[in-house]
Amino acid sequence: MRPMGVLLVVLVCGFFLWGTGGLPERGDPEGPAHTHVAVYYIENALADSETYNMVAAVLADYRVFDTFGEAVVVVAAALSVLLILLRRREDEDVPDHRSVAKGMGPEAGKEPGGGTTPPSGPVLGGDS
Amino acid sequence: MTSRYDSLFLDVVSRAIVPLIQIFALYVVTHGHYDPGGGFQGGVMLAASTILLRISQGEESYRRFSPSAGLYLAGFATLGIALWGFSSMLFGGTFLEHGYAIPGIDGVTLRYWGIFVVEVLIGFLVWGSLVAIYDGLTTGGMDE
Amino acid sequence: MIWEIDLWLMIILIMFAILALEVKDLLAAVGILTGYSFLMALLFAEYGAPDVALTEAALGAALTGIFLLVTLRFVSRKDSDGEEDS
Repeated sequence: MRPMGVLLVVLVCGFFLWGTGGLPERGDPEGPAHTHVAVYYIENALADSETYNMVAAVLADYRVFDTFGEAVVVVAAALSVLLILLRRREDEDVPDHRSVAKGMGPEAGKEPGGGTTPPSGPVLGGDS
Repeated sequence: MTSRYDSLFLDVVSRAIVPLIQIFALYVVTHGHYDPGGGFQGGVMLAASTILLRISQGEESYRRFSPSAGLYLAGFATLGIALWGFSSMLFGGTFLEHGYAIPGIDGVTLRYWGIFVVEVLIGFLVWGSLVAIYDGLTTGGMDE
Repeated sequence: MIWEIDLWLMIILIMFAILALEVKDLLAAVGILTGYSFLMALLFAEYGAPDVALTEAALGAALTGIFLLVTLRFVSRKDSDGEEDS
């Protein structure tokens, strides 16, 4: 099992290294990444939006919809963390099977088949 | 909530260094037109300064910047970007096309200020979101 | 773009990555991961991408470390990976 795994890793690594040889050089002006829409940005970013930093012009003007989507992802991550970690306290003794956060609270060890790793020591915020 | 450490050095150094971090972060947010940087990086620095205050000052930091304030900041900043985008839809452009956002102003100037608005709002959004994630992690499993 | 700096940064980067996987103390692993992010930021800056370097230095070297440390206060500090399946 183990020699087969090592052989597989070596084979896949060799395959990718061999495939890397076909890529264009870094900073090659004839490369596909530098011939299509990037030329338009380089030539027109200053005239279009008076912005000297081309990266800011691309991120916040030409590709602003993408940036907006990333920002919404950040907010969704914060909301998800709060929804998972902060629960109401009144359902402490009622086993709630819809709760994703089961097994993380202080009552995790008491659940019949649920939590496997109760937190050792006092939970943060319990004292002070 | 984390409690405060009884260390004079930690107290003094964190009080002295947080304003410097925040001024540099505001510089990074607002100077995205000319230098590397922008809303995301500056927002992360603002969040780092707030988390430093949370760690070193304890309860007082929660009174100044309450745990729900981060989420309010993030939500209202998202709403602001969306409203800015819809205003340019209203006046003839597509969503978030800065050149049409306010009628009567030159398109190039408007795109300059549109970049500024988006960067600043994204800075606030990232600040609020990361502080909210930190508060959720430190008060994990308990409410408030 | 100086290839000697590239080479040494990449070698140290791979060493840090292997060390972060192999170390038993999770607190040390968090520290090594922070160092990895900082070296990654240096590498980005050396490649001529200061925006990405700034993001990596602020997020990877500061905030991810803080979040991992806060998470580490809830779980056991020792890595129990090797005892079960080896």
